Amino acid sequence: MLDVAVAYNRYKFLGEEFLTWLWYVIEKNQNLLKSFDPDFVGLEVGNRIVFENRRKESAERITIKGEGAGLEEGVLALKNGALVTELNMVYRSAELVWQFTLKGESLNISSLSIPQTDLPESEEDLEGYVLEKLFLYDKLLQFFKILFGHFVKLRISNNWHGKETASIRKWIQSS
Amino acid sequence: MGISSSTVSITQYTVQGKLNSQVIDTVADGLTKHTIVDIDQQVIDRAVGWTSFDKPFQPDFSGSSFVYGNYFVFSLRIDKKNITAKVLKKHYTVEAARRMSESGRDYLSKTEKKLVKDHVQNALFLRIPATPNVYDVAWNFEGSSLCFFTNLKAANEELETLFSKSFRLSLIRIFPYTAADIYSNLKDSQRDDLRNISPAPFVN
Repeated sequence: MLDVAVAYNRYKFLGEEFLTWLWYVIEKNQNLLKSFDPDFVGLEVGNRIVFENRRKESAERITIKGEGAGLEEGVLALKNGALVTELNMVYRSAELVWQFTLKGESLNISSLSIPQTDLPESEEDLEGYVLEKLFLYDKLLQFFKILFGHFVKLRISNNWHGKETASIRKWIQSS
Repeated sequence: MGISSSTVSITQYTVQGKLNSQVIDTVADGLTKHTIVDIDQQVIDRAVGWTSFDKPFQPDFSGSSFVYGNYFVFSLRIDKKNITAKVLKKHYTVEAARRMSESGRDYLSKTEKKLVKDHVQNALFLRIPATPNVYDVAWNFEGSSLCFFTNLKAANEELETLFSKSFRLSLIRIFPYTAADIYSNLKDSQRDDLRNISPAPFVN
């Protein structure tokens, strides 16, 4: 394993490529996501996308806010060489809904709201309450663990530089 | 911010290493030895330690109270006394004037100025109550994973240090490289490929 600080900075692009690929998957390949969760209903872009373009002399940062954060401005940013650095998403599984923001460089999760649970009425209810909350956090984390693992295998495969990148490029150009 | 909040932030970790035996007792011992110490009415300005998830201001780890199913649930508490620069300046100016008046001089030496500043700061630390910040921890012992309910860099660094000191286990923070290495079940050749990848632009 590499030094932590070196590995963090050297490979943060991997998280940003993951979010950019994920946006493409959300738009074009929901079937892939279904294979990671038997109860999968949908994964959508939420109320915020942040892009960063480091190909320009001074890195350019673009934030798009609002429900169903905009495709057009975002695609324009991608066309100019930007990557998604933060993505707010809505995840639906069975009857339940999670909303959260995932940051590319750290894979940190923020602004996470999980399905509502009943408050404990007594001290005896506390354990059940905590375990239900932890189950709901874990459900989301496990989904993303499998999804990121899939992405990494794809990213280091020959398929990435062939079919997958071509499909993403086609999506960007045609949107 | 914590497990019960309406919105949360999560930093994920993998726990490296295993506790050999009497796991619950060992964890209880680590938590108890490094329980937060109350610094109100003391000259200390900062304290870091573990506290109970359900009673963050009355830490108690007796009777496996931190065990919730497969998880150990407890909290990291960071207490800090904050004195604003303006308050410090006000008290320093008054005290320095008093000392000059007592000595009959109209100046203080560099050493005296430092002594006055330290005296004023300590007097204020004695009077000011510490502001507590509580961050929940959910450690899935079987799965060797841990969720820390904040993304604050300073709190994460305190967690990593205190966890290692308390349990003699390391925490590996999950970020793209560590997630790729740990989550993807890579073969050795794929691990080499991962190490060698570089950014691949989506547009030319």
